[in-house]
Amino acid sequence: MSDLLETTGLTAHYGDAQALFGIDFRLSAGEVVAIIGANGAGKSTFMKSLTGLVRAGREQVRFEGEPIGGLVPAEIVRRGVALVPEGRRLFPSLSVEENLLLGATARRSGPWNLERLYQMFPILREKRARPATSLSGGQQQMVAIGRALMSNPRVLLCDELSLGLAPIVIKEIYDQVPAICAEGMTVVVVEQDVSVARRVSQRLYCFQEGRVSLQGASDALTREQILLAYFGI
Amino acid sequence: MIETLLQGLLLGGLYCLFALGQSLMFGVMRLTNTAQGDFIVLAAFAAIVALTGVAAIGTVGAASLITVGVLLLPVSFGFGYALQRFVLNGTLGRDPLPSLVVTFGLSIVIQNLLLETFSADPRSIGTEGLNTASLALPGGLAVGVLPVLIFALAIAATAALQWLFGHSALGRSFRAVSDDREIAELMGLDAKKVYALATGIAFVLIAIAGVLQAMRTTVSPADGPALLLFAFEAVIIGGMGSFWGTFAGALLLGVTQQIGFRIDPGWGIWLGHIVFLAVLVVRPQGLFPKTRE
Repeated sequence: MSDLLETTGLTAHYGDAQALFGIDFRLSAGEVVAIIGANGAGKSTFMKSLTGLVRAGREQVRFEGEPIGGLVPAEIVRRGVALVPEGRRLFPSLSVEENLLLGATARRSGPWNLERLYQMFPILREKRARPATSLSGGQQQMVAIGRALMSNPRVLLCDELSLGLAPIVIKEIYDQVPAICAEGMTVVVVEQDVSVARRVSQRLYCFQEGRVSLQGASDALTREQILLAYFGI
Repeated sequence: MIETLLQGLLLGGLYCLFALGQSLMFGVMRLTNTAQGDFIVLAAFAAIVALTGVAAIGTVGAASLITVGVLLLPVSFGFGYALQRFVLNGTLGRDPLPSLVVTFGLSIVIQNLLLETFSADPRSIGTEGLNTASLALPGGLAVGVLPVLIFALAIAATAALQWLFGHSALGRSFRAVSDDREIAELMGLDAKKVYALATGIAFVLIAIAGVLQAMRTTVSPADGPALLLFAFEAVIIGGMGSFWGTFAGALLLGVTQQIGFRIDPGWGIWLGHIVFLAVLVVRPQGLFPKTRE
């Protein structure tokens, strides 16, 4: 498999504070990769750097062989990288359907449209006219995933899908990942829950204090290796 | 008393047109345009100059007004779009002070530019009797034809804006960038372009308000701050970012002023300010908090 998305020596700063210290990351077409790490490990900053929300050096991020570091978020989503942001961040003034339609702003062609999403998440069809933020946490997460899918990305980045959700809802949402991948999607999930991350992914990266502390095939890494890389103890 | 209420409502229609652009810009960008009144006066002077121009090439009367209107609206849209894109976008951020300072500066520049170019003399747009024509109502009442037209335009503009905001793709973009600019850009929206489109539309409303103000009464270069105050009061009374709220706020302001004028000619404007301050104290979010549907 060829690299679809890669970072080389990726660094990120918030003012004077450095959050990422030379991240090397490879993502091949069709795979599901998980990123784990404790709070403050740099996982979300990494996601933001991939999507232009945090500025990266031009050559530090490449997508389909082209440098995309430093591009604005709108241009990156047009090229085919979409993010489900941490905390969902739905638009409170917009209904469920309007949130989904806004996701299609990039106007990329592909299999994802309102009908396809409503098939995947039937409850959203029922509640399509409701304000998006009036839904339950799990349903809001479905809207956030659907909104990102509406841009028909090649790479779907999911930042902490399980945040604040009940285990049964988390399972329900992650059960949709294979269906998403079946449409030719490549997926990156950021997770704090190691068991969930191992279950859904083929490869796994562990971040610690802005660096990659471990990487490998999800089913080949031992629990001890992961705990050591996760907590550094 | 009924006549006073009627006159107040009709005056409120004009105030609504002063205020809608302000309401739109605040609703989308959280930007308070302190040069709103001066831009209304600028649009009025632009129309007066354009009418003089078309009169010189032989077009007069209603035909010249329509010609100028057709020309002025797209020009105003372009002016507003460019102003936002190249000046005001640079002032937006968490701190509201830069946009306040820049629009305040623009206000001073416009006033002095108009004063230097046109002198302090008040001017108006000739309406061939439209501004003095009246409609007789039952009970011996009468209302002016022009104020009724202005009121109808205010309702149409408010309804159109509310529809645009609540039911069109552009309105969806306006609400999205207003809610969360960062995520809106992540969806592929160019927030700076969306802001520029909002200001372009606001300036179309400003142009309409300016022309109608100059048709109804006179305009002079120093009028801007008073018009801003009326617009601002209507928006605050109604509730920031709510168009029907702005409409209702403008009507309440107009009626209050007319009641004040009836009590004593010196009390009209003053009583409007009192109601505005009372709303600010009792219900600072406005009478009709943001309703975007």
